[in-house]
Amino acid sequence: MAASPLVALVGNPNAGKSALFNALTGARQKVGNYPGVTVERHSGKLALPDGRIVELVDLPGAYSLEPSSPDERVTRDVVTGAQSGERLPDALIVVVDAANLDNHLRFALQLIALRLPVVVALNMIDLAERDGLTLDPAILSKELGVPVMPTVAVRRRGLDELKAKLGGLIDETAAIRLRPSDPAIGPMIEEDIVTLQRRARKIAVAATVSEAPVRRWTHALDSVALHPVFGVLLLMVILFTMFQAVFSWATVPADAISAGFAWAQGAIRASLPVSPLRSLLTDGLIAGVGAVIVFLPQILILFAFILVLEASGYMVRAAFLMDRVMASVGLSGRAFIPLLSSFACAVPGIMATRTIEDEKDRLTTILIAPLMTCSARLPVYTLVIGALIPNRQVLPFIGLQGVVMFALYILGLVGAFGAALVLRRTVTKGVSSGFMMEMPKYQLPRLRDVAIGLWSRAELFLKRAGTTIALTIVLLWALASYPVAPAGQKQSEYSIAGRIASGIEVVVRPIGFNHDIALALLPAMAAREAAVAAIATVYSIDNPDDAQGDGQLRRNLQARWSLPTALAFLMWFVFAPQCISTIAVTRRETNGWKWPAFMVGYLFALAYIAAGATYWAAIGLGL
Amino acid sequence: MEMSTPVKAPLSLESLPQRQHATVAAIDWAHLSTPEARRLRELGFDEGVGVEVLHRASLGKGPIACRIGRMTVALRRAVAGAIFVSPVPQ
Repeated sequence: MAASPLVALVGNPNAGKSALFNALTGARQKVGNYPGVTVERHSGKLALPDGRIVELVDLPGAYSLEPSSPDERVTRDVVTGAQSGERLPDALIVVVDAANLDNHLRFALQLIALRLPVVVALNMIDLAERDGLTLDPAILSKELGVPVMPTVAVRRRGLDELKAKLGGLIDETAAIRLRPSDPAIGPMIEEDIVTLQRRARKIAVAATVSEAPVRRWTHALDSVALHPVFGVLLLMVILFTMFQAVFSWATVPADAISAGFAWAQGAIRASLPVSPLRSLLTDGLIAGVGAVIVFLPQILILFAFILVLEASGYMVRAAFLMDRVMASVGLSGRAFIPLLSSFACAVPGIMATRTIEDEKDRLTTILIAPLMTCSARLPVYTLVIGALIPNRQVLPFIGLQGVVMFALYILGLVGAFGAALVLRRTVTKGVSSGFMMEMPKYQLPRLRDVAIGLWSRAELFLKRAGTTIALTIVLLWALASYPVAPAGQKQSEYSIAGRIASGIEVVVRPIGFNHDIALALLPAMAAREAAVAAIATVYSIDNPDDAQGDGQLRRNLQARWSLPTALAFLMWFVFAPQCISTIAVTRRETNGWKWPAFMVGYLFALAYIAAGATYWAAIGLGL
Repeated sequence: MEMSTPVKAPLSLESLPQRQHATVAAIDWAHLSTPEARRLRELGFDEGVGVEVLHRASLGKGPIACRIGRMTVALRRAVAGAIFVSPVPQ
């Protein structure tokens, strides 16, 4: 069977491309990667009115065919047929924002000059009309020399007409296919940007029937959101609400998940005889994977906030407000978005640095992203704080446990800013980069688009819990269970894992870590949250008759850990780069091992020093 | 010495009063880095285009938000200082 025709969706950032992509393909989407680069490839299937299936690929938004970021390079390479792992598209859907024609038409002109079959989607025509702009698609079509279809992606308006036109385009076998090596293509792409811009403006003027002042709503909202005082207050309130939600809203679903896993453990214990298999299932897999999946609600809430802030157009305003603060440590406001995402997880955070054009700016942001307190640290913090920090009030309504948790978050931030300051003066030295960003108009986020985004995050997380973390736990369980300790010796010390841990313990003893912690550090390399699972697994192997659950784990910690040890352990987790995925994504994003190696080195050094200093200070204070 | 007619100091976007409509008169490309200059062109900055300062992030140093054509763009003050404008009477 011949491959279905390939159609690429291409246009400026903020043209509503992704909404159009979601509207055209629905849930039938696939997220992959282009070979050799870390740019995500979003593709989906689209059925034409005549029943034919077309593969639609959503290319990263770009301002021109002259790329200034890896994302924009992929866009150029796909439409010129130079991208490895992708065929030259059979047709392009060029998406332009109807309210921003003079700018978006410039890129459209460049794309049309490639001589691939093109249909222009005149998108968000409803918002343009609301803004008092009346356009004539027929004139636009005549001026551009290609069909123009008015669409409103989020209301599914104009989609059938667009699909019908697409069918016709794909049939155009007479289309002249230029090879990327064709000399004729060069000058057209490199046509002076100013000349193109002027042509685009002329066409926009010709196609505009009437025009009123722009974006009254957006301006009214911005006078608050960008206000030097109220804007900053609003940002603080939003961030506070976000973190509050992560901690309080997640309790109910998290308790339900935890009860579900406890029930499964109980059911298996009741139905299987005592055996290594039963121990692997209950102590290893269910305890380990369960300890991680409990955090799914928190992660989803955090991502929901970030997706809504992005989709509404607010995120760029936050970057605007934060630019000055970021500039003081040598970064730009753009770094704020990836750093905020890193509170959910450093992996998407580091991937989001692709929008930072300046190489050194981007590298610095990548190197400090792991210092943001990601959601994988939560299980570790929650467990240790709950077990060992006394639950007493320091001020009315403010408990000591909450203060410690907050302090850990702040410490991560301070560490990140301090690191940026030092890095920008040493290894990533260079002129301070600029901050230049289009500020899209505000939009009500579509539930459907947020749901699609959340679903792909949940899928990724569950896959990780089901593979990386499950494998680590099974491996640890095996290493911790064999060889079986003779009577009178502790299993957690006699086993292979115990002996490896004894080796690690030599190194971490000076910073107050005990044997249990040494044992947990290794699996925590796979993922931080695995530390909790590892400690739980080890204690339940040591004492198979213990009651299961959080309460027992807490009692075990209270019996075995001193307060200075617990504080040192928390401090370690603020800084230590304990996450294989982060290291892997850093390698991909920086194209080599140099920077991930540097990152791991400086973070471990920081962690060791911070944990040691905390331990000895706590001992000195008599805690 | 020849007397010259008094020349008004060129007004930059940085010092353009908020909400005062203007057009871009000239851009001092030499003051901008190559990527900055390119991005500025891509965002539609060009002689004769309508421009207006909408918001300033903070007193003093923060970036400014301005309208260029039909688009809103955030810029640092140093860049805005390289864009010269002529006010349009309202």
